[in-house]
Amino acid sequence: MSDFFSDGFFKNINLQDSSNWATDFVQDVIIPRLPEAVAGHFSVELGTVIVMLVCAGIFVAVVPLLPLVLVLAERKVAARFQNRTGPMRVGPWGTLQTLADGLKLIFKEDFIPPQGDKVLFLLAPYVIFACSFAVFAAIPFGQDILVSDFNIGIFYIMAISSVIVMGVIMAGWSSNSKWSLLGSLRSAAQIVSYEIPLGLSILTIVMLVGSLSMREIVASQDGGIFTWIIFRSPFTFIAFFIFFISAIAEVNRTPFDLPEAESEIVAGFHTEYSGMRFALFFIAEYANMFAVSAIGVTLFLGGWQGVLPGYDFLGGLPGFVIKTLGLVFLMMWLRWTLPRLRVDQLMNLCWKYFIPISFFNILGTGIWGLIFKEDDVWSIGISCAIIYIALISAYAIAGRNLARRPEPQPS
Amino acid sequence: MESTQQTESKIIELKPFTDEMVVNMGPQHPSTHGVLRLELRLDGEIVREAIPHIGYLHRCFEKHSENLSYPQIIPFTDRMDYVAAMNQNWGFCLAVEKLLEMDETKDFAVPERAEYLRVLICELNRIASHLLSFGTYGMDIGAFTPFLYAFRDRERLLLLFEKVCGARLTYNYIRIGGVSEIIPLEPGSIAEQNYLDEIEGFLDYFEPKIDEYNDLLTSNSIFSERTMGVAVMPAEMAISYGATGPNLRGSGVDWDLRRDEPYSIYDRFDFDVPIAKDIPELGAVLGDCWSRYKVRMDEMKESVKIVRQILAEGLPDGPVMADLKAVRPPKGEIYFRSEAPRGELGFYIVSDGTPKPVRVKGRSPCFSALSALQELSRGLMVADIIAIIGSIDIVMGEVDR
Amino acid sequence: MKSEEIYDVLVDKFGESILGIDSELAGDPSIQIAPTAISDVCQFLADTDTLAFDSLMCLSGIDLGVKEEVLSVVYHLHSMKNHHNVVLKTSVPKTDAHIPTVSHIWKTADWHERETYDLYGILFDGHADLRRILLPDDWEGYPLRKDYQEPDFYRGMRVPY
Repeated sequence: MSDFFSDGFFKNINLQDSSNWATDFVQDVIIPRLPEAVAGHFSVELGTVIVMLVCAGIFVAVVPLLPLVLVLAERKVAARFQNRTGPMRVGPWGTLQTLADGLKLIFKEDFIPPQGDKVLFLLAPYVIFACSFAVFAAIPFGQDILVSDFNIGIFYIMAISSVIVMGVIMAGWSSNSKWSLLGSLRSAAQIVSYEIPLGLSILTIVMLVGSLSMREIVASQDGGIFTWIIFRSPFTFIAFFIFFISAIAEVNRTPFDLPEAESEIVAGFHTEYSGMRFALFFIAEYANMFAVSAIGVTLFLGGWQGVLPGYDFLGGLPGFVIKTLGLVFLMMWLRWTLPRLRVDQLMNLCWKYFIPISFFNILGTGIWGLIFKEDDVWSIGISCAIIYIALISAYAIAGRNLARRPEPQPS
Repeated sequence: MESTQQTESKIIELKPFTDEMVVNMGPQHPSTHGVLRLELRLDGEIVREAIPHIGYLHRCFEKHSENLSYPQIIPFTDRMDYVAAMNQNWGFCLAVEKLLEMDETKDFAVPERAEYLRVLICELNRIASHLLSFGTYGMDIGAFTPFLYAFRDRERLLLLFEKVCGARLTYNYIRIGGVSEIIPLEPGSIAEQNYLDEIEGFLDYFEPKIDEYNDLLTSNSIFSERTMGVAVMPAEMAISYGATGPNLRGSGVDWDLRRDEPYSIYDRFDFDVPIAKDIPELGAVLGDCWSRYKVRMDEMKESVKIVRQILAEGLPDGPVMADLKAVRPPKGEIYFRSEAPRGELGFYIVSDGTPKPVRVKGRSPCFSALSALQELSRGLMVADIIAIIGSIDIVMGEVDR
Repeated sequence: MKSEEIYDVLVDKFGESILGIDSELAGDPSIQIAPTAISDVCQFLADTDTLAFDSLMCLSGIDLGVKEEVLSVVYHLHSMKNHHNVVLKTSVPKTDAHIPTVSHIWKTADWHERETYDLYGILFDGHADLRRILLPDDWEGYPLRKDYQEPDFYRGMRVPY
């Protein structure tokens, strides 16, 4: 029994890497600098915990700035799509607008529906907020910029991001509003469904790389743009798009923004929230958006690895952020262009198209792995050629269909 | 209906039963186009029944009218369909003029110049109204951007209206016997030429934009998925419910008052009446939401055509107001209908020979079209309700009067 | 078909129930119908092929004045097939305003009859759902009647004018 506890519940899962950088930091940097009298009694474990807590504090303080920027970016991007200028009054070119909005939200009344479930109502925004930030812990932003290198990194991310739906349902249920309930149930159905193609498309990568660790997934893409997983095989190319579309559905953005479809169910699960709690939902939404883009970049687009082998072009932290913001921009672009799907169409897309294609992908990746034992110039060349031919033919077919599509002429 | 449901449930004994949820959609709701309240009885996402409750914007138009003289009623018609107020003014004035028996044989006919100005302004207003409908429909379906594009273009039209009557929304421009002279547009003056040039500039800008909007929204596959085949209103049903205008033509009935019962000078212009058709290749069913929407998009082109013909001819010289001493119709009654952007706008006026009417009834196209909602929405989903409301294009000011 | 011709057809069919045609005043001539027969006449107008009045353009109530003892209902019919119009008019006493419904013939009459009931208090017999439509459900009186007095209070709130 004692063995069981000392080894942990899950022996094979290593939540804390043996070479923890915080422990190293305490041992190599802090202890030598301490006065000898203290250093002798200083426990490395305590030091590690303190260092980790400080890091977490910095993290929680810094990451909310990200949504601050993203909200402004979204508004500016939307404005440009719509021939407007966006916010222009607060600060130069309106750059402080979100800050002002945040301040306004803090000072707003914090309304709790009297008939609602108070505890769940208060808890829900924190659940969503905490989960969407916990995801950042496993994302490698750069070579050594990684909070914790689990050996089950991607699994952890999937698990944590699934908990968000709990928060959404809590919010919808506890608001005692029918619109909220409708929105949260839509959200539950949607997130649970889209988790499957998302997970299956991640599985193709795990099969290819042979590891769940985010660090290793990135490390396997170190040979420049053509060793990025998206180009490794035709199946990962498909998987990327399934991943990206499912991710949009996961973070509830247009065309999959049914849980908060403004024109249908008012504001969905956060209809009854006001003030800072509403802001938490908002921050969480944008943090989520950044997180799924970052995961997409890590898994498919080389993470912090550069475009050219051996050079740091589009590599490191700046490269990673640029690539991530590229995906974020793509999401914004879609949002301001596309209308919204209906619930049944959303489910159709997931269950009738994405999941079968994902299974096909897994099969294909397995066969690909059997044919090409390891990645070499040949396998990548063939893969890129197939992708190229497929794209060209898809373009031709789509073009022909569009040309054949008759423009309905009245009378 | 009740009995058939009961027998069904007897046959399928293991039918899972879920509680119905009664939800109030509106009167404050982002996409009920005003203060419409729908009592939805939902089974999950499926709408068992959607019962419209109206009257939140009832401003006693008919009661007020009985205590006002005829010219004083015109501003009230502005407030009916505030999106196409010019057409409402015109509809009322046409009815009163008919009751006054104004025509060429009498010495107080509506002057030629006024007729041209009326058609010009009302067709521009029709474009503005359809633009709003297009924009809000996009927003109902979830695309936000077309809404702002539509408002950008509508803004230019509102500026044009402002130049002839000083108002942006409630114009009170078309008067009994002519049009308002508050801001004079002298025949042959530079001001007139500039104004017409400005309209021409707008048309040149706007005509390609319609195709752009068709590319952006009409042919968008998500948009077509959402609207095609949804809430099909067959022709008989549309006629029976009194759906008119684009809603009727969306059901494939070839009927346009401007062509079939020409009033004013519409018989002088050459324009087509857009009719929806079954398009199996695309998936569009005759009478669905998409058809009604598409008819509006095509109608904008026809309005552009009419305005271009007026610009090519130029406005005739002469006064803009008939020589009318007092508006005092003879004893009698009239029902006159005209083609407003939302359909057949009728005014029923009973006169007893005094300067005030005994009875004025506005027959609003939206009122009739909205009554079909309950039947159209049965068994569809919540999202479809929004699509239907947008596609029948209601303005609550007109429904409630 | 002209209104006069339709009048002749109706007289042939319904006889006494058709009270006359009113074509002297300005505007459209209207055919006077006895209130009890209105539903049958409308059914006949809608079903006969030569007439085929498939659309009800407008249904409105009229109250001509305080001294009048009747309320009238006017039906403006139009035929999409044959492109002709007709106006029917029927009058009922104010004290006992009952008219058979036509909402089973034209669905649009449903709401129009509700509106007429709401504003004039004319009861349409056989109407499936005769509720107030524009005014609140608990409104007292029928505002478009000429003898209507504006209430001083509504639900205990003073109406300010």
